[in-house]
Amino acid sequence: MTTGILKPSAHRGDTRAFSLVAIAAILWLIAYSQLENFAQWLTYALLRLEPETHLADSVEFFLADVPKILLLLSGTIFGVTILRTFFSAERARQLLGGKRQGIGNLLAAMLGIITPFCSCSAVPLFIGFVESGIPLGVTFSFLMASPMVNEVALVMLFGLFGWQVAVMYAGAGVAIAITAGWVIGALGLEKYVEDFVWKLGVGAGVDESRNLTWTDRIERGGSAVKEIVAWVWLYVVIGIAFGAGIHGYVPENFLAEILGPRNPLAVIAAVLVGIPLYSNAAGVMPVVSALMEKGAGLGTVLAFMMAVVGLSLPEMIILRRVLKWELIAIFIGVMAVGIIAIGILFNLVS
Amino acid sequence: MKIQILGSGCANCHKVEETAKQAIAQMAIDAQVELVTDMQTIMRYGVLQTPGIVIDDNVVSTGRVPALSQMVTLIADSIARQGT
Repeated sequence: MTTGILKPSAHRGDTRAFSLVAIAAILWLIAYSQLENFAQWLTYALLRLEPETHLADSVEFFLADVPKILLLLSGTIFGVTILRTFFSAERARQLLGGKRQGIGNLLAAMLGIITPFCSCSAVPLFIGFVESGIPLGVTFSFLMASPMVNEVALVMLFGLFGWQVAVMYAGAGVAIAITAGWVIGALGLEKYVEDFVWKLGVGAGVDESRNLTWTDRIERGGSAVKEIVAWVWLYVVIGIAFGAGIHGYVPENFLAEILGPRNPLAVIAAVLVGIPLYSNAAGVMPVVSALMEKGAGLGTVLAFMMAVVGLSLPEMIILRRVLKWELIAIFIGVMAVGIIAIGILFNLVS
Repeated sequence: MKIQILGSGCANCHKVEETAKQAIAQMAIDAQVELVTDMQTIMRYGVLQTPGIVIDDNVVSTGRVPALSQMVTLIADSIARQGT
Protein backbone atom coordinates (compact mmCIF):
# COMPACT_ATOMS: atom_id res chain seq x y z
CA MET A 1 0.00 0.00 0.00
CA THR A 2 1.39 3.34 -0.94
CA THR A 3 0.59 6.66 0.56
CA GLY A 4 -0.51 9.23 -1.90
CA ILE A 5 1.45 11.88 -3.61
CA LEU A 6 -0.74 14.82 -2.95
CA LYS A 7 -1.26 17.29 -5.70
CA PRO A 8 2.01 17.67 -7.60
CA SER A 9 2.23 21.35 -6.86
CA ALA A 10 1.76 23.47 -9.92
CA HIS A 11 3.29 26.83 -9.03
CA ARG A 12 1.51 29.15 -11.37
CA GLY A 13 2.53 31.98 -9.12
CA ASP A 14 0.38 33.18 -6.29
CA THR A 15 0.41 36.87 -7.18
CA ARG A 16 -3.18 36.93 -8.36
CA ALA A 17 -4.47 35.31 -5.19
CA PHE A 18 -2.44 37.68 -2.99
CA SER A 19 -3.73 40.73 -4.85
CA LEU A 20 -7.33 39.59 -4.41
CA VAL A 21 -6.74 39.14 -0.69
CA ALA A 22 -5.22 42.62 -0.43
CA ILE A 23 -8.19 44.22 -2.20
CA ALA A 24 -10.64 42.28 -0.04
CA ALA A 25 -8.77 43.35 3.12
CA ILE A 26 -8.94 47.03 2.16
CA LEU A 27 -12.67 46.82 1.38
CA TRP A 28 -13.19 44.99 4.67
CA LEU A 29 -11.42 47.71 6.67
CA ILE A 30 -13.36 50.49 4.95
CA ALA A 31 -16.67 48.71 5.55
CA TYR A 32 -15.80 48.00 9.19
CA SER A 33 -14.82 51.59 9.95
CA GLN A 34 -18.08 52.93 8.51
CA LEU A 35 -20.47 50.58 10.32
CA GLU A 36 -21.83 53.01 12.87
CA ASN A 37 -22.20 55.90 10.43
CA PHE A 38 -24.01 53.58 8.07
CA ALA A 39 -26.41 52.37 10.78
CA GLN A 40 -27.13 55.94 11.91
CA TRP A 41 -27.70 57.09 8.38
CA LEU A 42 -30.10 54.21 7.72
CA THR A 43 -31.99 54.68 10.96
CA TYR A 44 -32.38 58.44 11.03
CA ALA A 45 -31.93 59.69 7.46
CA LEU A 46 -33.45 56.89 5.44
CA LEU A 47 -36.04 55.40 7.81
CA ARG A 48 -36.60 58.79 9.52
CA LEU A 49 -37.08 57.28 12.97
CA GLU A 50 -37.49 59.59 15.95
CA PRO A 51 -34.16 59.66 17.88
CA GLU A 52 -34.07 58.46 21.51
CA THR A 53 -37.07 56.15 21.20
CA HIS A 54 -37.12 52.43 21.99
CA LEU A 55 -37.74 51.65 18.34
CA ALA A 56 -34.87 53.77 17.02
CA ASP A 57 -32.53 52.33 19.65
CA SER A 58 -33.39 48.78 18.68
CA VAL A 59 -33.23 49.43 14.93
CA GLU A 60 -29.88 51.19 15.11
CA PHE A 61 -28.43 48.43 17.30
CA PHE A 62 -29.63 45.81 14.82
CA LEU A 63 -28.38 47.64 11.71
CA ALA A 64 -24.95 48.20 13.23
CA ASP A 65 -24.50 44.72 14.67
CA VAL A 66 -25.61 42.47 11.80
CA PRO A 67 -22.99 43.72 9.31
CA LYS A 68 -20.43 43.96 12.11
CA ILE A 69 -20.80 40.32 13.14
CA LEU A 70 -20.91 39.13 9.53
CA LEU A 71 -17.74 41.07 8.72
CA LEU A 72 -15.97 39.77 11.82
CA LEU A 73 -17.09 36.23 11.04
CA SER A 74 -15.85 36.40 7.43
CA GLY A 75 -12.49 37.84 8.44
CA THR A 76 -11.97 35.35 11.26
CA ILE A 77 -13.04 32.28 9.32
CA PHE A 78 -10.80 33.29 6.42
CA GLY A 79 -7.79 33.74 8.68
CA VAL A 80 -8.43 30.63 10.75
CA THR A 81 -8.97 28.45 7.67
CA ILE A 82 -5.71 29.59 6.09
CA LEU A 83 -3.87 28.97 9.35
CA ARG A 84 -5.45 25.52 9.54
CA THR A 85 -4.22 24.53 6.08
CA PHE A 86 -0.79 24.32 7.71
CA PHE A 87 -2.03 21.67 10.13
CA SER A 88 -3.51 18.21 9.74
CA ALA A 89 -4.58 15.38 11.98
CA GLU A 90 -1.60 13.41 10.71
CA ARG A 91 0.79 16.13 11.80
CA ALA A 92 -0.93 16.31 15.20
CA ARG A 93 -0.53 12.56 15.53
CA GLN A 94 3.19 12.80 14.83
CA LEU A 95 3.65 15.72 17.23
CA LEU A 96 1.74 13.97 20.01
CA GLY A 97 3.41 10.59 19.59
CA GLY A 98 5.46 9.71 22.66
CA LYS A 99 4.01 12.59 24.69
CA ARG A 100 2.92 11.81 28.21
CA GLN A 101 0.00 12.93 30.32
CA GLY A 102 0.32 16.53 31.42
CA ILE A 103 2.38 18.25 28.78
CA GLY A 104 0.66 16.00 26.24
CA ASN A 105 -2.79 17.27 27.29
CA LEU A 106 -1.69 20.88 26.92
CA LEU A 107 -0.21 20.32 23.47
CA ALA A 108 -3.20 18.22 22.41
CA ALA A 109 -5.67 20.94 23.40
CA MET A 110 -3.73 23.54 21.39
CA LEU A 111 -3.48 21.25 18.35
CA GLY A 112 -7.16 20.30 18.72
CA ILE A 113 -8.17 23.93 18.26
CA ILE A 114 -5.97 24.57 15.25
CA THR A 115 -6.39 21.24 13.42
CA PRO A 116 -9.26 21.22 10.94
CA PHE A 117 -11.65 18.34 11.56
CA CYS A 118 -15.35 17.69 11.70
CA SER A 119 -17.05 15.55 14.30
CA CYS A 120 -17.76 12.88 11.67
CA SER A 121 -13.99 12.17 11.68
CA ALA A 122 -13.98 11.54 15.43
CA VAL A 123 -13.86 7.76 15.08
CA PRO A 124 -10.91 7.39 12.65
CA LEU A 125 -9.08 10.12 14.56
CA PHE A 126 -9.62 8.36 17.85
CA ILE A 127 -8.45 5.00 16.48
CA GLY A 128 -5.46 6.52 14.71
CA PHE A 129 -4.36 8.34 17.86
CA VAL A 130 -4.65 5.56 20.42
CA GLU A 131 -3.23 2.98 17.98
CA SER A 132 -0.08 5.01 17.55
CA GLY A 133 0.42 5.03 21.29
CA ILE A 134 -0.94 8.44 22.19
CA PRO A 135 -2.39 8.14 25.74
CA LEU A 136 -6.18 7.99 26.03
CA GLY A 137 -6.39 11.19 28.09
CA VAL A 138 -4.26 13.12 25.60
CA THR A 139 -6.49 11.91 22.76
CA PHE A 140 -9.52 13.17 24.68
CA SER A 141 -7.95 16.58 25.21
CA PHE A 142 -7.51 16.80 21.45
CA LEU A 143 -11.08 15.77 20.66
CA MET A 144 -12.59 18.09 23.27
CA ALA A 145 -10.69 21.27 22.49
CA SER A 146 -12.24 21.97 19.11
CA PRO A 147 -15.92 21.97 20.13
CA MET A 148 -15.09 23.72 23.42
CA VAL A 149 -13.42 26.65 21.68
CA ASN A 150 -15.68 27.29 18.73
CA GLU A 151 -14.55 30.08 16.41
CA VAL A 152 -18.07 31.17 15.46
CA ALA A 153 -18.98 31.47 19.14
CA LEU A 154 -15.74 33.29 19.81
CA VAL A 155 -16.40 35.91 17.13
CA MET A 156 -19.99 36.46 18.19
CA LEU A 157 -19.02 36.84 21.84
CA PHE A 158 -16.34 39.32 20.80
CA GLY A 159 -18.75 41.30 18.64
CA LEU A 160 -21.64 41.32 21.10
CA PHE A 161 -19.95 41.45 24.51
CA GLY A 162 -16.37 42.61 23.93
CA TRP A 163 -12.98 40.99 23.92
CA GLN A 164 -12.87 40.23 27.64
CA VAL A 165 -15.78 37.80 27.39
CA ALA A 166 -14.29 36.23 24.24
CA VAL A 167 -10.92 35.71 25.92
CA MET A 168 -12.56 34.24 29.03
CA TYR A 169 -14.54 31.83 26.88
CA ALA A 170 -11.45 30.66 24.95
CA GLY A 171 -9.37 30.33 28.12
CA ALA A 172 -12.08 28.38 29.88
CA GLY A 173 -12.49 26.03 26.91
CA VAL A 174 -8.78 25.25 26.76
CA ALA A 175 -8.59 24.77 30.53
CA ILE A 176 -11.49 22.32 30.50
CA ALA A 177 -10.09 20.33 27.56
CA ILE A 178 -6.71 20.02 29.30
CA THR A 179 -8.06 19.16 32.74
CA ALA A 180 -10.85 16.82 31.65
CA GLY A 181 -8.44 14.92 29.36
CA TRP A 182 -5.90 14.71 32.17
CA VAL A 183 -8.51 13.35 34.60
CA ILE A 184 -9.69 10.74 32.09
CA GLY A 185 -6.07 9.70 31.55
CA ALA A 186 -5.36 9.49 35.28
CA LEU A 187 -8.38 7.25 35.84
CA GLY A 188 -6.92 4.52 33.59
CA LEU A 189 -10.01 3.83 31.52
CA GLU A 190 -8.41 1.95 28.63
CA LYS A 191 -10.55 -1.10 29.43
CA TYR A 192 -13.62 0.86 28.39
CA VAL A 193 -12.37 1.32 24.85
CA GLU A 194 -13.98 -1.22 22.51
CA ASP A 195 -11.63 -4.17 22.09
CA PHE A 196 -11.51 -4.09 18.29
CA VAL A 197 -9.85 -0.66 18.38
CA TRP A 198 -6.63 -2.16 19.73
CA LYS A 199 -6.55 -4.83 17.02
CA LEU A 200 -6.84 -2.65 13.92
CA GLY A 201 -3.75 -2.05 11.86
CA VAL A 202 -3.27 1.60 11.02
CA GLY A 203 -1.44 2.49 7.84
CA ALA A 204 1.06 5.29 7.46
CA GLY A 205 -0.90 8.48 7.41
CA VAL A 206 -1.26 11.20 4.87
CA ASP A 207 -0.27 14.76 5.59
CA GLU A 208 -2.01 17.01 3.15
CA SER A 209 -0.83 20.22 4.74
CA ARG A 210 2.61 20.27 3.14
CA ASN A 211 2.17 20.37 -0.60
CA LEU A 212 -0.24 23.25 -0.91
CA THR A 213 0.45 26.48 -2.78
CA TRP A 214 -0.66 29.81 -1.35
CA THR A 215 -3.34 29.94 -4.02
CA ASP A 216 -4.74 26.64 -2.69
CA ARG A 217 -4.72 27.91 0.87
CA ILE A 218 -6.41 31.20 -0.03
CA GLU A 219 -9.00 29.35 -2.11
CA ARG A 220 -9.82 27.16 0.87
CA GLY A 221 -10.14 30.20 3.10
CA GLY A 222 -12.53 31.78 0.63
CA SER A 223 -14.72 28.73 0.24
CA ALA A 224 -14.87 28.22 4.02
CA VAL A 225 -16.14 31.79 4.42
CA LYS A 226 -18.81 31.23 1.77
CA GLU A 227 -19.88 27.93 3.26
CA ILE A 228 -20.08 29.05 6.88
CA VAL A 229 -21.62 32.47 6.28
CA ALA A 230 -24.25 30.95 3.96
CA TRP A 231 -25.14 28.64 6.80
CA VAL A 232 -25.05 30.90 9.88
CA TRP A 233 -26.20 34.30 8.59
CA LEU A 234 -29.82 33.59 9.45
CA TYR A 235 -28.91 32.67 13.03
CA VAL A 236 -26.89 35.87 13.26
CA VAL A 237 -29.84 37.98 12.07
CA ILE A 238 -32.30 36.25 14.42
CA GLY A 239 -29.85 36.42 17.31
CA ILE A 240 -29.20 40.11 16.89
CA ALA A 241 -32.86 40.92 16.27
CA PHE A 242 -33.56 39.20 19.59
CA GLY A 243 -30.77 41.08 21.28
CA ALA A 244 -31.82 44.37 19.69
CA GLY A 245 -35.42 43.97 20.86
CA ILE A 246 -34.27 43.26 24.39
CA HIS A 247 -31.74 46.08 24.21
CA GLY A 248 -34.50 48.56 23.45
CA TYR A 249 -37.43 47.27 25.45
CA VAL A 250 -36.74 44.88 28.33
CA PRO A 251 -35.68 46.48 31.61
CA GLU A 252 -32.18 45.62 32.78
CA ASN A 253 -31.67 43.08 35.54
CA PHE A 254 -34.93 41.39 34.67
CA LEU A 255 -33.44 37.96 35.32
CA ALA A 256 -30.79 39.02 37.81
CA GLU A 257 -32.59 37.44 40.76
CA ILE A 258 -32.82 33.91 39.37
CA LEU A 259 -29.92 33.65 36.92
CA GLY A 260 -27.67 36.26 38.47
CA PRO A 261 -24.04 35.62 39.39
CA ARG A 262 -24.82 34.97 43.05
CA ASN A 263 -26.78 31.82 42.43
CA PRO A 264 -24.48 28.78 41.93
CA LEU A 265 -27.49 26.50 41.44
CA ALA A 266 -28.27 28.43 38.27
CA VAL A 267 -24.93 27.32 36.78
CA ILE A 268 -25.66 23.68 37.55
CA ALA A 269 -29.15 23.98 36.12
CA ALA A 270 -27.82 25.72 33.00
CA VAL A 271 -25.33 22.90 32.36
CA LEU A 272 -27.85 20.12 33.01
CA VAL A 273 -30.29 21.76 30.60
CA GLY A 274 -27.52 22.43 28.07
CA ILE A 275 -26.07 18.91 27.78
CA PRO A 276 -29.01 17.19 26.06
CA LEU A 277 -29.67 20.26 23.94
CA TYR A 278 -27.54 20.43 20.88
CA SER A 279 -27.16 23.40 18.63
CA ASN A 280 -24.42 25.09 16.68
CA ALA A 281 -22.68 28.09 18.17
CA ALA A 282 -24.60 30.59 16.06
CA GLY A 283 -27.94 29.04 16.95
CA VAL A 284 -27.41 29.32 20.69
CA MET A 285 -26.35 32.97 20.51
CA PRO A 286 -29.87 34.48 20.52
CA VAL A 287 -30.49 32.79 23.86
CA VAL A 288 -27.10 33.82 25.19
CA SER A 289 -27.52 37.47 24.28
CA ALA A 290 -31.04 37.52 25.68
CA LEU A 291 -29.93 36.02 29.00
CA MET A 292 -26.94 38.37 29.29
CA GLU A 293 -28.98 41.47 28.57
CA LYS A 294 -31.53 40.53 31.19
CA GLY A 295 -28.92 40.29 33.90
CA ALA A 296 -27.94 36.62 34.02
CA GLY A 297 -24.43 36.00 35.36
CA LEU A 298 -21.59 35.78 32.86
CA GLY A 299 -20.49 32.42 34.26
CA THR A 300 -24.02 31.04 34.08
CA VAL A 301 -24.39 32.08 30.45
CA LEU A 302 -20.96 30.84 29.34
CA ALA A 303 -21.53 27.52 31.11
CA PHE A 304 -24.84 27.11 29.31
CA MET A 305 -23.23 27.85 25.97
CA MET A 306 -20.31 25.48 26.53
CA ALA A 307 -22.68 22.69 27.55
CA VAL A 308 -24.83 23.18 24.44
CA VAL A 309 -22.03 23.62 21.89
CA GLY A 310 -19.18 21.62 23.42
CA LEU A 311 -21.03 18.51 24.51
CA SER A 312 -22.91 17.24 21.54
CA LEU A 313 -25.15 14.21 21.58
CA PRO A 314 -24.49 13.31 17.91
CA GLU A 315 -20.76 13.19 18.62
CA MET A 316 -21.35 10.93 21.64
CA ILE A 317 -23.39 8.57 19.46
CA ILE A 318 -20.59 8.50 16.88
CA LEU A 319 -18.02 7.83 19.61
CA ARG A 320 -20.11 4.97 20.99
CA ARG A 321 -18.70 2.90 18.10
CA VAL A 322 -15.27 2.94 19.75
CA LEU A 323 -16.05 3.61 23.42
CA LYS A 324 -18.06 1.56 25.86
CA TRP A 325 -20.92 3.45 27.44
CA GLU A 326 -19.17 3.62 30.82
CA LEU A 327 -16.42 5.75 29.28
CA ILE A 328 -18.94 7.98 27.49
CA ALA A 329 -20.74 8.52 30.81
CA ILE A 330 -17.45 9.39 32.56
CA PHE A 331 -16.51 11.67 29.67
CA ILE A 332 -19.79 13.61 29.92
CA GLY A 333 -19.55 13.67 33.71
CA VAL A 334 -16.00 15.05 33.80
CA MET A 335 -16.83 17.70 31.20
CA ALA A 336 -20.00 18.72 33.05
CA VAL A 337 -18.13 19.11 36.34
CA GLY A 338 -15.45 21.17 34.57
CA ILE A 339 -17.98 23.47 32.92
CA ILE A 340 -19.89 23.96 36.17
CA ALA A 341 -16.66 24.79 38.03
CA ILE A 342 -15.68 27.35 35.38
CA GLY A 343 -19.17 28.88 35.44
CA ILE A 344 -19.15 29.32 39.22
CA LEU A 345 -15.60 30.71 39.10
CA PHE A 346 -16.54 33.30 36.45
CA ASN A 347 -19.58 34.35 38.43
CA LEU A 348 -17.36 34.91 41.46
CA VAL A 349 -14.81 37.09 39.66
CA SER A 350 -17.11 39.03 37.35
CA MET B 1 -9.37 2.91 -12.59
CA LYS B 2 -10.89 2.47 -9.15
CA ILE B 3 -11.95 5.45 -7.03
CA GLN B 4 -12.74 4.72 -3.39
CA ILE B 5 -14.47 7.19 -1.10
CA LEU B 6 -13.56 6.49 2.53
CA GLY B 7 -15.95 7.63 5.20
CA SER B 8 -18.34 6.69 7.95
CA GLY B 9 -21.35 7.33 5.75
CA CYS B 10 -21.81 10.98 6.63
CA ALA B 11 -23.39 13.54 4.32
CA ASN B 12 -20.00 14.80 3.13
CA CYS B 13 -18.99 11.32 1.97
CA HIS B 14 -22.05 11.06 -0.24
CA LYS B 15 -21.32 14.48 -1.64
CA VAL B 16 -17.80 13.37 -2.58
CA GLU B 17 -19.17 10.19 -4.14
CA GLU B 18 -21.56 12.26 -6.28
CA THR B 19 -18.76 14.62 -7.33
CA ALA B 20 -16.54 11.69 -8.30
CA LYS B 21 -19.29 10.25 -10.50
CA GLN B 22 -19.83 13.61 -12.17
CA ALA B 23 -16.10 13.98 -12.77
CA ILE B 24 -15.92 10.56 -14.42
CA ALA B 25 -18.89 11.38 -16.63
CA GLN B 26 -17.38 14.71 -17.58
CA MET B 27 -13.97 13.21 -18.39
CA ALA B 28 -15.57 10.26 -20.17
CA ILE B 29 -13.20 7.72 -18.58
CA ASP B 30 -13.77 4.18 -17.46
CA ALA B 31 -13.74 4.09 -13.68
CA GLN B 32 -15.69 2.67 -10.76
CA VAL B 33 -16.63 4.65 -7.69
CA GLU B 34 -16.96 2.75 -4.46
CA LEU B 35 -18.01 3.99 -1.05
CA VAL B 36 -15.96 2.35 1.72
CA THR B 37 -17.39 2.54 5.24
CA ASP B 38 -15.47 -0.35 6.77
CA MET B 39 -13.36 1.16 9.54
CA GLN B 40 -10.61 -1.44 9.13
CA THR B 41 -10.03 -0.44 5.50
CA ILE B 42 -10.17 3.25 6.31
CA MET B 43 -7.55 2.81 9.00
CA ARG B 44 -5.38 0.64 6.75
CA TYR B 45 -5.02 3.62 4.42
CA GLY B 46 -4.10 5.77 7.43
CA VAL B 47 -6.95 8.19 6.78
CA LEU B 48 -7.64 10.10 10.01
CA GLN B 49 -9.93 12.70 8.49
CA THR B 50 -12.89 11.59 6.46
CA PRO B 51 -13.94 11.78 3.71
CA GLY B 52 -10.81 10.31 2.15
CA ILE B 53 -10.36 9.75 -1.57
CA VAL B 54 -8.29 6.81 -2.77
CA ILE B 55 -7.52 6.40 -6.47
CA ASP B 56 -5.99 3.06 -7.46
CA ASP B 57 -4.67 2.50 -3.93
CA ASN B 58 -3.25 6.01 -3.58
CA VAL B 59 -4.68 8.37 -0.98
CA VAL B 60 -5.12 11.63 -2.90
CA SER B 61 -7.24 13.71 -0.54
CA THR B 62 -8.44 13.63 3.07
CA GLY B 63 -10.81 15.60 5.25
CA ARG B 64 -12.48 17.77 2.66
CA VAL B 65 -15.09 17.88 -0.05
CA PRO B 66 -13.40 18.88 -3.32
CA ALA B 67 -15.28 20.88 -5.91
CA LEU B 68 -15.93 19.20 -9.26
CA SER B 69 -13.00 20.96 -10.94
CA GLN B 70 -10.67 19.87 -8.13
CA MET B 71 -11.94 16.31 -8.40
CA VAL B 72 -11.20 16.34 -12.14
CA THR B 73 -7.66 17.54 -11.38
CA LEU B 74 -7.16 14.79 -8.79
CA ILE B 75 -8.22 12.14 -11.30
CA ALA B 76 -6.21 13.66 -14.15
CA ASP B 77 -3.11 13.80 -11.93
CA SER B 78 -3.54 10.13 -11.04
CA ILE B 79 -3.82 9.20 -14.72
CA ALA B 80 -0.71 11.24 -15.49
CA ARG B 81 1.24 9.52 -12.70
CA GLN B 82 0.28 6.08 -13.93
CA GLY B 83 1.22 7.01 -17.50
CA THR B 84 4.81 7.82 -16.60
